[in-house]
Order: sequence, then C-alpha cells, then structure tokens
Amino acid sequence: MGHSYEESKKTAVKIIIILGIITICEVIFALIGKGHLIEGVTLPGPLIAIVMIVMSLVKAYLIVYEFMHMKYEVPGLVKSVLLPVFLLVWAVIAFFWEGSYWNNSRNGIQERNEEPIEIQQKVDKQEGMLIIEIER
Amino acid sequence: MADTHTHIEHSELDHHDDHHNDHGNDQELWDGGKTPFKVSYGKLMMWYFLLSDAFTFAGFLIAYGTLRISMNTWPVPDFVFSTFPGGFHEKPLYFVTLMTFVLLASSFTMVRAVQEGHRENKNGVAVWMFLTILGGLGFIGCQAWEWNTLISKEHMSITRNVFSRTTEAGIYLDENGKPSTIKENTFESGHSYLIHRTHVADGDHGDAHGGDHHGDAQGTGHDHDDHHAGENHGHDHGYEYHYQGPGDQSAIVDKEGFVHRRYQATDGKDAGMIKTEEFGPKAFGALFFFITGFHGFHVASGIAFLIIIMVNVITGLYVERKNGYEMVEKIGLYWHFVDLVWVFVFLVFYLI
Repeated sequence: MGHSYEESKKTAVKIIIILGIITICEVIFALIGKGHLIEGVTLPGPLIAIVMIVMSLVKAYLIVYEFMHMKYEVPGLVKSVLLPVFLLVWAVIAFFWEGSYWNNSRNGIQERNEEPIEIQQKVDKQEGMLIIEIER
Repeated sequence: MADTHTHIEHSELDHHDDHHNDHGNDQELWDGGKTPFKVSYGKLMMWYFLLSDAFTFAGFLIAYGTLRISMNTWPVPDFVFSTFPGGFHEKPLYFVTLMTFVLLASSFTMVRAVQEGHRENKNGVAVWMFLTILGGLGFIGCQAWEWNTLISKEHMSITRNVFSRTTEAGIYLDENGKPSTIKENTFESGHSYLIHRTHVADGDHGDAHGGDHHGDAQGTGHDHDDHHAGENHGHDHGYEYHYQGPGDQSAIVDKEGFVHRRYQATDGKDAGMIKTEEFGPKAFGALFFFITGFHGFHVASGIAFLIIIMVNVITGLYVERKNGYEMVEKIGLYWHFVDLVWVFVFLVFYLI
C-alpha cells in the first residue's frame, strides 16, 4: 500500500460516512415501503427486497474491499475467498425459490382440502364371495 | 533427452519438468521467505476461517429466508421490532438502526487502530482498540436489551412465537361475543398481532416480571394494527384492548395465561366463522434467537480477543516484531467480518 497515513485516514472517514448514509437510506426506504412514513403509500414487496439487497451488497463491497483491504491483496487471494461466496448466492436463490414453492404447495393443499366432495351411494354387485357396499 | 540423464544423476527429490525453464526459482522457493498470495500464514488463515464462518451464517440465514417465504403467517418485522428504550413503542426499526450505527462506528475505530499499527504507533493502536471494544460492548448491551424486551415483556421464546398475522380480514369480538362496532377492531388480511399474557389465574407467577402486566392484557400496546394503509400511527391510540377476566367473551385465555382474541372472519373461505388468534410460526422464535445469539456470540468473542490483543499492544509485545502490528490487522479482519454479518442479518431479519 503506497498510501500516506493522511490519505488513509481521509479515506476511512469518507467510507464510514458513505456507509452511514447508505444505512439511513436503507431504513428510510424500508419504512416508506412498508407504509410507516408516508400516509397510505406502500411499495411492492419485491421492489423493496431488490433495492435492500443491492444497497446491502454495496455496503458489503465497501467493508470487504476498503476496511478489510481486499482491494490491496493479490488476485489469487481475492478469488479464493470471493468465488465460494458467489456460490452461496446460488444457494440463496435456490432455497428461496424452494420456499416459494412450499408456500404455493401449502396454499394449494388447503384449497383442495376445502373443496366440496360428492359422495354417491354405491352398491356393487356381488363379486365372488365379497360384497362391496359404500353407503352414505 | 539430455534432461533425463541429468535427472538420474541428481537426488530423486528434484523436480523433473520438461517445460521447466527456470530452475533458479525453484531453489529460491526452497530458500524460504516467500508466502502464498504474498500474505502471512496467519492472515491467510484468518481469511479462510472467515470464509467458513460465512458459510455457517449463510446456512442459518437461508433457513430463515426459506421458512419465512413458505409461511403466510410469518410475523412482520417492523411490527415485532418497534420498541425503543425509554418506553417508546411503534418506533419500527429505530433501535436496530442504532445498533447498526454502533457496530459501524466500531468498525471505523478498528480501521484507525490498524492504520496506527502500520505507523508502529503503540499508543494510537491502544486508544483506537479501546474505542472499538467500547463499541462492541455497546452493541452487546443493545442486543441484551432487545432480547430482554422480547423474552420478559413480550414472552417470546425459542418454542413460543407470540407474533403473527392474519390471513383474512375480520372483526374482533367484543366482551359479549359479538363483532365489535369500534372502528379500530376491524382489520384487513395480513394484520399483525401480538398475543399478550395476563397473570395466570391459579396464582402461578406466569410472568417473569409480574409488575409489567397490571392484571390486564394492555402490556406493551402492540395491538395496534400497523397494516391499515392510511392510518395515522402516531396519534391513533384511541382504543386499547383490555381483557376483562372470566366472562369476557372477546378472547380465550389458555392455561399459561395467554390471551387469544376472538374474531369473526369477513372474507375468504371462512367468512362468517368465529376464530381465535393463534401463536405464530414456531420457527420464528427459534431462528431469531439462534441467529442473533450466534452473531452476538461472535461479537462477544471478538471483544474478548480485542481485549487480549490490546493488552499485548500496551505491554509492548508487538514492538520488536516490526510487522506493522499485523496481529491487530488480523483481529481487525475478524471484527469487520462480524460487522459484515450484521449487515446481512439486519437486512434479512429487519428490512425485507
């Protein structure tokens, strides 16, 4: 790192202020989205989720690259740490998709449980030694 | 090949590589002093430890997200986490935002400590590390307050979840068992509720802190419907629900003293039916306490390590190493990781 001490101090202050601003924006956006700050205004759930995730990823980038000095490490180290983390993104998407499927299944099963059933009176003819009768 | 002959003459430990055209570098490597990825062993291993820890946390958060998406009655975070020290209610997310700032500030002080370490400034390192420890302790204190509110005042546990939401619109019943005529007792689908607790009738001290619930279910005032778009949350304390004792048909009290309000559904397939508020999904309590507890455990152990290393700094242990206080850098990595995990816990639990 060829940065001077004074430059490093300034950079740290700059980054922490950015992180603070992003956090405030996240919270305000979440509160507006859920209808707490402006009367009657809510935002769609998926939009809130995407904006939140993007903002958090920016924060994560700043913390890892600047505070943890990943920016100054050799590419080999960077890749060996970050590649598995990106694979986690795959895991997250896969499992949340699964959760959504479970939700749909639950609702579907509940709907089917409530369907009215017609039960007919059935008297079958004798078959061999067994008489089958279903009465209602 | 000429190489083959020379290979036989040399010791069998020599590398033999037809395409190898710089034998000199091999010898340099064996001479030592070189490290993979140009970092010290300790720092590299810290990175890999943090990577493995990230997987553990990701596992927990994925479990939380998956279960949450799969259930329609999952509690709404800004309803659950809306208390603030000083008796404030209906301040959604204020307190956890404060916690986030505390941890961010401690990350900043940690960066400063590492920078002072690069300058071999012993006193600077000690001062900034001390501030980092204070930030960490502040965070733990806040988390403890949050847990205490949820456990002692709202009676949430890892097996009992008192927060939930309705999946249909309805009207709460009044004390005579009829749908209430008060406007605040009508709600939409997705209405959040908290199941309060009265004193248990048989004299058993159901409430850990008996003084909090003076014989009625008013408690923390969380009955308020936060999902009515357009309702002014600030002033609408107009109607607060009180369970009035046996004979009050507005709710059923279970054997542990929890008050399950009764309501009549007004839409959906059960329209017209009388139902009771049930506890929310059990997984919420377990996941919340385990994940925030696991994170809090990391913060606490980080504080312990920070104290040890700060003491080492003060006694001058790292002066003769002349490595820019690399030990401080390594614990700094751990501390930033703890902050990073909190960013994602904050996101998944409270914001989305």
